[in-house]
Order: sequence, then C-alpha cells, then structure tokens
Amino acid sequence: MTEKRLKTGSDFTWRDMEVGNIVTEAGNASVRKTGDWRTERPILDKEKCTKCALCWIYCPDAAIKPPKEGYYEADLHYCKGCGICANICPVGAITMIEEEEK
Amino acid sequence: MSKRVGLEASHAAAEAARMADVDVIAAYPITPQTHIPERLAEMVADGELNAAYIPVESEHSALSACLGSAAVGARTFTATAGQGLELMHEVVYVASSMRYPMVMTVCNRALSAPLSVWGDHSDAMAVRDTGWIQVFCQNSQEAFDMTLWAFRVGEDSRVLFPVMVHFDGFNLSHVTEPVILPEQKEVDRFLPRFQYPFALDPDNPMTHGAFGPPDIYSEAKIAQEVALRKSKAVIIQGFEEFGDIFGRYYHPVEPYGIQGAKTLLLTMGSFSETAKIAIDTKKDKRESVGLINLRLWRPFPFEELRQAVKDAETLIVFDRCISFGGPGGPVSSEIRSALCNEEERPKVVSFIGGLGGRDMSVKDFEYVIDRGREIVEKGSKELFETVGIRGKVTGIRG
Repeated sequence: MTEKRLKTGSDFTWRDMEVGNIVTEAGNASVRKTGDWRTERPILDKEKCTKCALCWIYCPDAAIKPPKEGYYEADLHYCKGCGICANICPVGAITMIEEEEK
Repeated sequence: MSKRVGLEASHAAAEAARMADVDVIAAYPITPQTHIPERLAEMVADGELNAAYIPVESEHSALSACLGSAAVGARTFTATAGQGLELMHEVVYVASSMRYPMVMTVCNRALSAPLSVWGDHSDAMAVRDTGWIQVFCQNSQEAFDMTLWAFRVGEDSRVLFPVMVHFDGFNLSHVTEPVILPEQKEVDRFLPRFQYPFALDPDNPMTHGAFGPPDIYSEAKIAQEVALRKSKAVIIQGFEEFGDIFGRYYHPVEPYGIQGAKTLLLTMGSFSETAKIAIDTKKDKRESVGLINLRLWRPFPFEELRQAVKDAETLIVFDRCISFGGPGGPVSSEIRSALCNEEERPKVVSFIGGLGGRDMSVKDFEYVIDRGREIVEKGSKELFETVGIRGKVTGIRG
C-alpha cells in the first residue's frame, strides 16, 4: 500500500488559504513529522526504567506514547529533544545525547 | 421615532455600541477616549447593556482580550487614543491578520514627546498599514453612524476584518453636538445578529493562530491583502444600505463644491467642516475652489479619488501628522502615489498643521489655499509647507 503524500505549504497558492489561516481540521499535527530539527535525543536505559510514566506525563509535545507493553520511549518523528523527560526521570534512566553522536 | 439629542462624539460612539448590542467591551481608559469606556461601563452596570465589560490593565491587554472575544464570535468593541494605540500596536496587526471582526474607536491624539493629550493624526498614521478598515468622522453624528456601519461591514462574511473609526480628540470627543439617534428596530434591521463562521467551539475544534513558516507566510499575507482590497465593494454597499435606512448617505471620497473648481483642498476628520467654511468664503469671492473630505482611509479609495480630482489643476493636501524625514505629510504622499501615473492630474501641494491640538481657523485654511496656489504658480523647493508655525520654516528638502 502506498502512503498518500501529505500536502505541504508549497502545495497551497494564496487562493487556497483559509480565512485568517484557520486550520479547520482538528489534531492534524500528528500526521506531520515535526521532529527533524532536533539537536539532541533521549536514550532510555531499560535496566534502570521503572515504567513510572512521568516522562509520558511531562513530555510537552506528546512525543512519548503510553505503550501497550514494553517501555515508554520517545517517537523521534515528533521529539524536539528538549530534555524534560531526562530531567524529570526519578531514576536517571534517560540521558540526552547529541544527534551527531552514535 | 428617531430623536435629536445633544451628545459629544464619545457618547455618540458609546450609544452606537449600545444600540449595536455589543457582547464584549475590553478597554483601558486614556485621554481623550475616556468618556467612551466610562459611559459603556455605566450602561453595563445600570443594566442598559447586557455585555461583558472587561477592565484590563493596559491597551495591549484590551485588544488581546478582544481577540479572544472575537474568536468565539462575540460582537466586540474597544476604544483608545494616541499612546494607547501605540501600546496596542503588536496586537493591531494580529486582529486583522486573523480576520477578527471588531470595532475600535480611536479618538485621535498626538504622540509623545513632548507629552500631549491633544489631537492630531499621528496615532492614526502609525497604524496606517496594519490591515484594518479605517474611516474618519467629521462630527458627532458621523461618530454614531460610522460605529454602527463599522459593525455591519466588518462582520459581513465577504469581509471579516476589524474596523477602526477615527475621530478627533477633544475637537469631537469632548464637544456636544446635536445627534439624531434612530429607533432600535431600525438599528436591528441594519445590523442583524452576528454569526462568525469560524467561531471557536469545543464540539467543533479547529486551530486559530497557527504559525506560518517561510513556505506559507507570503501566500497568507497576499490572501489578506487581496481580501482587504475586495472589501471596498461591501464598504460602499454598507454606506448605501445605511443611507436607505437612516437617510444619511456616506462615500469613500466626499466632494464639496468641486464642480468646475480649479483648486481643491483635501482634508480628513473634523477639520473638513472648518475647511468647508473657508471654501464657502472663497466661493463668495468667485474663487474657483472646492473641498474633498477623505472618509475612507483603508482600503484606499484610488478610483474615487482620481475621479474627484481629474479636472482640477491644483490639489492641496492638508496633513495633521509629520512623516519624519519622509516626502511630505503621509496623506499627501499617498495622494501623490495614487495620481503619479495618471496622464491628467493636478499638481499636488503638501501642507502640515494642526499638530498636538493646535487649532486651524477658517482664515488658516484660506491661507493654505492662497499659498498652495502660489506654490504651483511660482514653484517651491520645499517638500511641504506648514501653517500656524511660529518662525519661517525652510530646509524641508529632498
């Protein structure tokens, strides 16, 4: 199955703009991958993680989803690398590393 | 029955807001606008007007509160003057760019420094390019009429822009004149209840005020510009509908005795009425003169202006504002731009006066006309001339 290409700004002429540039479709940010300008990313140490879910609660961009099973991990398509999860983690299971690092 | 009562322009504007049955008023008092929010606060407190009156801590907050109010589709009113409009400045752009209809009265006041609470058009000219529909009033009746009209036009689904109604601080805001107040049912006929098509609603979520990266910002701004220019048709329709109901017809460009006149004077706001007396005096002496009162300032009425001045030899434009280091008074610069590519056009002369509450008498306007004609005949190196300034002004060179 081929994924339908999402419209980007370049697909709109000025005539296509909604009055006041209102976005009439609710919650459509999730279909757009917005994390490509991140400079740091969180690395989870599963040995330390207690699955307390504080990282999920504190993530300001809903980039950490509650898992059905397994661990709370950031979806790097949306994570902006702010480091709040690493700061809030009570057991120090999350460390931020530069994107350039392996 | 309509009734004729004595009202200062401030109270006329407040009365118009009451008869428009506004839902929300957010305003911060500032001289010379104070009587408007004061009167509206009284009306709300006395139960004459069922509206939320939001007493804010600054003009920036006043207009920001108005954004929220307009976003949920409430009929929204505010008023300010001079420095208050400057403090609002950032939000002034947001209101028009997000296409939120609302009405703001500006009691035109000079800008500091030196501190002045008195009238001129510096505040209006500083928001010239903010994307609001803008009109100027000559008297208290017009302050009432333009306020009602502003709601009607701004809320039209073909427009959806905020509207600024300018009238001169003190010269109008604090001067009591006869005003004809219509019956409520006539107002209701002219101004039906407002349904904002994009009102925020928890059951129908949408995003207002998303950011605009470089791949979309330009398109957004062009769409806004085209929409503002297209609003002129509705502006004119609104003037006609207003006239059909209330009997007073307004126009973007209002000529006074221009038929066959070789020399025209162009003014805005309350000074137009003083200038009309100067025109009458000169016509009595068989001088070939006429006046243009420029009512609609944004979107600028290019066609109407060109039509009105096409047969004149001289057009003297009177500004109550300095465009520091610029080509002349801001209005005269616009007029020159509007005419510069026309094959047949009058010579445009720029005059500046009436700053910071300095009065302009009939004799002053007679001088402006006489000296304007002389400048065209003999030429002048000055970019603009002044009236009523002590000491000869020279060195205004390009």
